[in-house]
Amino acid sequence: MENKRTELKVSALENGSVIDHIPATSLFQAIRILKLDELDNQVYFGTNLRSDKFGSKGIIKIRDKYFKKEEINKIALVAPTATIIEIKDYEVVKKGKVDTPKVVENFVKCFNPKCITNHQHVPTKFTVINDGGALKLRCRYCEKTTTQATMEFK
Amino acid sequence: MKNRSLISINDYSKEEQLKILDLAEGFEKNPRQNILNNKVIATLFFEPSTRTRLSFESAISQLGGKIIGFTDAASSSVSKGETLMDTIKTVANYSDLIVMRHPLDGSSRWASEVADVPIINAGDGANQHPTQCLLDMYSIRKTQGSLDNIHIAFVGDLKYGRTVHSLVIALSQFNTTFHLVSPDELKLPSAVKKYIKDAGLNYHQYTDMNEVMDKVDILYMTRIQKERFADPIEYEKVKNSYILKNEMMENTKENMRVLHPLPRVNEIEEAVDQNPKAYYFQQALNGVYVREALLASTLGLI
Ligand SMILES: [Zn+2]
Repeated sequence: MENKRTELKVSALENGSVIDHIPATSLFQAIRILKLDELDNQVYFGTNLRSDKFGSKGIIKIRDKYFKKEEINKIALVAPTATIIEIKDYEVVKKGKVDTPKVVENFVKCFNPKCITNHQHVPTKFTVINDGGALKLRCRYCEKTTTQATMEFK
Repeated sequence: MKNRSLISINDYSKEEQLKILDLAEGFEKNPRQNILNNKVIATLFFEPSTRTRLSFESAISQLGGKIIGFTDAASSSVSKGETLMDTIKTVANYSDLIVMRHPLDGSSRWASEVADVPIINAGDGANQHPTQCLLDMYSIRKTQGSLDNIHIAFVGDLKYGRTVHSLVIALSQFNTTFHLVSPDELKLPSAVKKYIKDAGLNYHQYTDMNEVMDKVDILYMTRIQKERFADPIEYEKVKNSYILKNEMMENTKENMRVLHPLPRVNEIEEAVDQNPKAYYFQQALNGVYVREALLASTLGLI
């Protein structure tokens, strides 16, 4: 009974956003990128959920919150498969996919410890490179490439 | 190229790179001209590099420009914690162009974004040193008559040497054949090899430099540093394998020349200096002409 009530509470979002089809391994990175830990809104998430398409997926629901396109696109770096649904009055009003940004500004750290951006107040700027499906970030300053494995978020 | 910063060699197109080499030829014929009269050039060396600084300051002086600046960060306001942005903005008020060297990667690009005068990068950490690249290109063209269809060998540390990386990338524009000689630990990174492949060119890898001696037009020597090896025993094994000696040069091509970015430690025996194929001191001198050309074109004076 208790379980059922929780399930209902999570599913039934009166107003807000649902981010679905996040690879389970990227869920916490996505939460960090969107700074959901800093919100006052109610946030629900689930991980290691079964998905026919993606194997193991994560899902996030945020009450009373809608994202700007450029904001939600940030998670494309770790969750290119993610979809976003907007809900108003329990109805789905908008459905979309995240798009990979061409440039990434000031929310990823450069992995190079000798990069100027890690020593002074210099906003980071990267060009996104698609290397056979794997996204890499080329730093505008030190010209080194940050890969998914070395990606840290500010 | 007027008023444009030069941070990375790729900031200039192939045509612009060649234009600088053409202008440098003019300065080689006539190195002393009073065209920088009334210009103030700042040379900001946040880390010492006497060789590069003197080359720039000689170029500025021979063109009649005034120099302001510092030779290492310890003696400047930087040691009091001033940010790079503040230093650059201040100095930009006092000068027409800034030459800078800094220990951190990307520092020069950042400086070029905050300064309203052009910046010439004289080395930003392990990242870029475009004037070295241009003087290497100048030296190759001058000794071979052209940059096209050259066989070049790079010998030594091909993994960490930014000089080698920039030059490989630049020469990939000119139908070059690359002969890469290094210990296994210090091979050219695949990201740099990709430029060669993308240009449809070929490279060959070796561990024994004797295999390339009679094949190449340019022998580009570099220093192998002990601290690059995880295992000191590996260093001991290879340290004497990449030393150039006169007797190794007996069957080399007539037009072959030896280049080295200097300073050298022991990778070229001093006896080689007398060999007519040794070109590294002339190469360093060419740096002055190339820097004269860059200063004059960036300030829009030629
Ligand atoms: Zn960087």
